[in-house]
Amino acid sequence: MSDSHIDREVLSDLQEVMEDGYLQLLETFLEDSEKRLSQLHEAKSADELAHAAHSFKGSSSNMGAVALAELCRQLEDRVNQGPLQGIEDLINQIDREYSAVRALYRAECQRVSSE
Amino acid sequence: MSQFAHDLEALTVLIAEDGAADRLLLATIVRKQGHQVLTAENGEQAVALFAQQRPSLVLLDALMPVMDGFEAARQIKALAGEALVPIIFLTSLSEEHALVRCLEAGGDDFLAKPYSPVILAAKIKAMDRLRRLQATVLEQRDQIARHHNHLLNEQRVAKAVFDQVAHAGCLSASNIRYLQSPYALFNGDLLLAAFTPAGDMHVLLGDFTGHGLPAAVGAMPLAEVFYGMTAKGYGLAETLREMNAKLKRILPVGMFCCALLLNLSFQRRVVEVWNGGMPDGYLLPAGGGEPLPLISRHLPLGVLAPERFNDTTEVLPLALGERLFLLSDGVVDTSDEHDQLFGVERLRRVLSANRQPALLFEEVLQALEQFRGRSRDDVSLLDIEVVEPQVLSPPPVIYSDSGQSSPLDWSLQFEFRAETLKRFNPLPYLLQLLQEIHGLRAQGGALHSVLTELYSNALEHGVLGLDSALKRDAQGFAAYYQVRNERLQALCDGFIRVSLRVEPDRQGGRLIIEVEDSGQGFNVSKVLARSVSEQGLCGRGLNLVRRLSRRAEWADEGRRACVEFAWEALA
Repeated sequence: MSDSHIDREVLSDLQEVMEDGYLQLLETFLEDSEKRLSQLHEAKSADELAHAAHSFKGSSSNMGAVALAELCRQLEDRVNQGPLQGIEDLINQIDREYSAVRALYRAECQRVSSE
Repeated sequence: MSQFAHDLEALTVLIAEDGAADRLLLATIVRKQGHQVLTAENGEQAVALFAQQRPSLVLLDALMPVMDGFEAARQIKALAGEALVPIIFLTSLSEEHALVRCLEAGGDDFLAKPYSPVILAAKIKAMDRLRRLQATVLEQRDQIARHHNHLLNEQRVAKAVFDQVAHAGCLSASNIRYLQSPYALFNGDLLLAAFTPAGDMHVLLGDFTGHGLPAAVGAMPLAEVFYGMTAKGYGLAETLREMNAKLKRILPVGMFCCALLLNLSFQRRVVEVWNGGMPDGYLLPAGGGEPLPLISRHLPLGVLAPERFNDTTEVLPLALGERLFLLSDGVVDTSDEHDQLFGVERLRRVLSANRQPALLFEEVLQALEQFRGRSRDDVSLLDIEVVEPQVLSPPPVIYSDSGQSSPLDWSLQFEFRAETLKRFNPLPYLLQLLQEIHGLRAQGGALHSVLTELYSNALEHGVLGLDSALKRDAQGFAAYYQVRNERLQALCDGFIRVSLRVEPDRQGGRLIIEVEDSGQGFNVSKVLARSVSEQGLCGRGLNLVRRLSRRAEWADEGRRACVEFAWEALA
């Protein structure tokens, strides 16, 4: 698992805190993230877009998805402060980063369930 | 509760967070720290849950659908009222203006994502301390308000009870003017006045140490003694001794009562003065002019043990139209903005300048106001005019018995010898006894006056051998009473015999009083033959006795007086 995507220390802290709820937390995050992604794509205004980016930034930072959180931060800043050019590109980057991250979290789910 | 128990006490924490994963994570962290958790997905849910469950702390995401955290914070703070419900905003907001918005909406702190359990625990603890502090402050504020109301109520009750006691007096007599704050009692100021059975007037202006209830409690027993003993015919000296002994016994050390007492006899035109620690009172001449100070010569009441207490009074002659002016220390001790005192000299100038007695109080208050430019509520003023005795109408004494058992045929004789004469006044006992005779009650005042006069003649001119001619002027008056006290202290022999005889007479009856002394006697026919103007200050006594009784004779070269009172059948 690549450390450029996920902070391993955060994950082990989370497992320690959540104990038996760790698996549920991982699953909840993945569900939540699907919702945030569709909000990013379907946003009808700058506000909606900024809000979705902000929330996604918060939850991914909590889960140790540092690169994803950083991309969301850039998106939020860009929406709030401009320039708006290149936003599409940023959203695509988030899509790609999330795909990578999702695979890692699923693997983590597998690892935990098999323990 | 110990600090340890405080740390462990579980709170109910409301978490309002839009993201399911963040919510789950936060709820788990908070629950693991021992608290109960309520969760909401948006602001509206959060407000409804708050109203329903009243959690003690709220973690609130700023950006939420339906109702955002700012609005939810405002509504929760409004619902919480005076209680502090700390709100911690959950946010990764980094712009300054967004953080300011959180605070303006009522946020107390922030928690940034990613969450740190350690920091969150520390923040919850800190906020809980703040919450408790506020709760304690509110509780203490309410407690203070309750105590304050309680105190005010106690003061109202105390004042009502005291007014009942104090109104037994004669402050409303036509020759008295006074000025006192309605709450003077709680400044320790006390003003009492009452008629004696003989129609004399006893007056007390007192000032207890301290303020509030402690200053007021002593007033009650003092007033009781004052009224009780005055009504029974006791003189100033006995009343003073009793008041001092009582206050000494009941008041804590360091608490006492400055007092100025007067015994005004409008019949005999004299005033007896005792001043213990009060500012000088004044005897104001009838036509204006230099006021004569009534100086404090004693320690206040309640300081000295009974055996060391000095009840010596000064006696001054009075003339019609003269006035006695008493005041509390609120007058002379008033200070201006440079801490300079109003003082006695300024007061005397006001008194001397006064031409219209009715305006004196206003002139004093005006001078005070000009002096310091603001008014004060602990100023007591009293002004008593010397008038003809018939102008005053002492209220009739109220007797509680039916009169059916009134004794009508008896006699008795007392002999009071030197040691007794020095320290004991038998008159109240004798008068108490005579009050049992219903037929005499209508003449109670006259009886008191006559008996008092006969007794003091027997003591002063008889036993002590004082020459009443001394009393021809004001200076002689003072000298007379000084010699009187000296001789009385040195007295080792001599006596006064008092005999009372009550006989039925047709439907009514009569009382024969004989007062005999061991003195030199006097030339009865010569004294009685003097004209009224010649008798001046010194001869008034015999005339008074003759005027008030049915028959008065002097026998045994003036050593024995025999006076008769009679009454008709009672209706």
